[in-house]
Amino acid sequence: MRNFFEKLEKLDRRVIFIFVGIALVLPLFFPLNIKFSVTAPVKSFYDSIKSLPPGSKVLLSADYDPGSMPELWPMHLAALRQMCKRNIKIISIQLWATGSPLVERAFNLVAVGEYHKKYGEDFVNLGFKEGREVVMVSMGNSIPQTFPTDYHGNNTTDLPIMQGVTNFSDLAMIVNISGGLPGTKEWILQVVSRFHIKLASGCTAVSAPEFYPYLQSGQLTGLLGGMKGAAEYEQMVGVTGLGKRGMDSQSIAHLVILLFIVVGNIAYFSMKLMKKENQ
Amino acid sequence: MRREVPVIICFLAGAFFIGNYFSPKLQPVAQVVNQWAIIAIAFAYVLGVSNIFRVNYQVIRRKGKDWIYKIVLVAGLILMIYLGIGWGVKEGTAFNWVFMNAIYPMQATMFALLAFYIASAAFRAFRIRSWEAALLGITAVLVMIGRVPIGEAVWKDFPPFTEWIMNVPQLAAKRAIMIGAALGAISTGLKVLIGLEKTYMGGE
Amino acid sequence: MPSSELIGTWVAAGLTLFCFSFLYKDNPFYKFAEHLYVGISAGYWTSLEYHNVFRPNLWDPLMRLDLNILFSFPQVGFAFMWQSLILIIPFAFGILFFTRFTKNFAWLSRWSMALIIGIFAGIAIIGYSTGDLILQIHANLLPLWTGNWISSFNNILLTLGVLASLIYFFFSKEHKGALGAGAKIGIWFLMISFGASFGYTVMSRMSLLIGRIYFIFGEWLRLIK
Repeated sequence: MRNFFEKLEKLDRRVIFIFVGIALVLPLFFPLNIKFSVTAPVKSFYDSIKSLPPGSKVLLSADYDPGSMPELWPMHLAALRQMCKRNIKIISIQLWATGSPLVERAFNLVAVGEYHKKYGEDFVNLGFKEGREVVMVSMGNSIPQTFPTDYHGNNTTDLPIMQGVTNFSDLAMIVNISGGLPGTKEWILQVVSRFHIKLASGCTAVSAPEFYPYLQSGQLTGLLGGMKGAAEYEQMVGVTGLGKRGMDSQSIAHLVILLFIVVGNIAYFSMKLMKKENQ
Repeated sequence: MRREVPVIICFLAGAFFIGNYFSPKLQPVAQVVNQWAIIAIAFAYVLGVSNIFRVNYQVIRRKGKDWIYKIVLVAGLILMIYLGIGWGVKEGTAFNWVFMNAIYPMQATMFALLAFYIASAAFRAFRIRSWEAALLGITAVLVMIGRVPIGEAVWKDFPPFTEWIMNVPQLAAKRAIMIGAALGAISTGLKVLIGLEKTYMGGE
Repeated sequence: MPSSELIGTWVAAGLTLFCFSFLYKDNPFYKFAEHLYVGISAGYWTSLEYHNVFRPNLWDPLMRLDLNILFSFPQVGFAFMWQSLILIIPFAFGILFFTRFTKNFAWLSRWSMALIIGIFAGIAIIGYSTGDLILQIHANLLPLWTGNWISSFNNILLTLGVLASLIYFFFSKEHKGALGAGAKIGIWFLMISFGASFGYTVMSRMSLLIGRIYFIFGEWLRLIK
């Protein structure tokens, strides 16, 4: 028995990796299709976009990279779908350089591909700008001066969607898809309290717990946390994307982690007890 | 003068932005200085990339450790700059193709590896050695199960219970950490502005 | 002739497997992928900085300067072109960064660094004091009795939790007596917070792996829809 627990404590981590791999792959081939309900922060996110009248202009800041795509890409697409359905005009910027091609892809997929929206009139990609909080503060003074051209090289002031847009006071709200720093926290600190504009955020699950105080204080009007948040939001918008499809694998993966924690501690306490008995 | 002038520049720049918050009359000048900062920060990034090139080139020259792989690094760097600046960055360009088929999968996979390591850590390092650790462990388990559909299948009120944990006890501690960190950030910012903190200048 | 999309999928799959090979042990395939990633990422950022900052915010406005008008009609020229002319200042600050590579003039790069650090310090002071300090304290001033038992209990617990956690971080006095009791309660709230963060971190990491598995079995091998 002692040998068994000793071997268990010193288990090669590659065996653990195999368990994790199997746990995530199997549900893809044998889906469980477990139903789930929508939580309050996701409902608030959905409602804050739903409350905007058609024709409103929203700033969509896609601040993420391919490393967080599984969590944030489904949210991004679902947000575009909800806004396009409501004929909300979308002005997109990126504070992460790696966000620009992803935003172009998302617009081509959803805005153009599904809703036949027109670039420059219904949506625009102003591109990436370096400077983090400096860019945010600069936009509070003048968005066209901060982004003199869009991603395609057109003069910002010539675009129909940008007519009448000088700074945040000309926008209905900000939707931020955030993969880290700079992201939601910086938008809250530099823009929400200073320029008094609504902000709803979709973020990675790693960051989500630290944004609950902002949700409670009203600095955030909605929060999507991780792949589960994306899945719930997809459910509200009425689509089945990677978020929803990934939930089965997520469920099994969490059970496997729980099993590892329990077995690891059983092995630890058993060894500790045996050592005490020997003494 | 080598250390005094930067302190003066630092103070003037920071004080100006603080003043801009209280006096909207400074807004036109603030907008100009904002643009300066955006441009200067972009140059800082280029400096970083130049340094990557310089360091790795020296390793290749003296055939240091892993010098063959450094050739791959430098070649990749030069290729992307040539493709991006020479041929554009839009969808349909070679630059975009390399981003979607090389940078995207590699970056995504590097982060995906963390899943395996967190599982390994959960098995080998997560030990309930005290009552406080037990509280941490129990909360982790409740949140992990409550945040996935299987938790709702086991107990229909699991998600609202998990939301309560996030909205009350978890929030309380996070708020305290936030307030403490804000006080620290403000005091550090003030120390930098008045010149007490000069580590950004480096050595002599 | 396979399409660029098909070639791209196979290249992406190959690089994905190269990175995953690290799970077995460090090997030349992983090293190749790692170095390739660092190189092309650095090149990517440089190109984006050029197209999104250098050209629209600096170079194109500077190129609009008409030196003939400026020298022939200085007052009129300056009135119309001051916004482009003034960009010489950030351009100079940017160039000063590169003095770092010289022995005798490296100290000049501190000027550029000081400008950026000063701006960020000023912005951070305002952001943290308004966003994190004042508004968060304000949000915690909750009524301890709301007429409803559950929301009253939540408000009491929230207030107690924030105060106890703040007491824990007060190190100017030894944690004994009432202060020690407060700190102990604070540790409990902090442990709950760290446990919740760990749970969410596990969720996040697993999601990233699910995304890659979808790519391998869905987009590349086409074994799932």
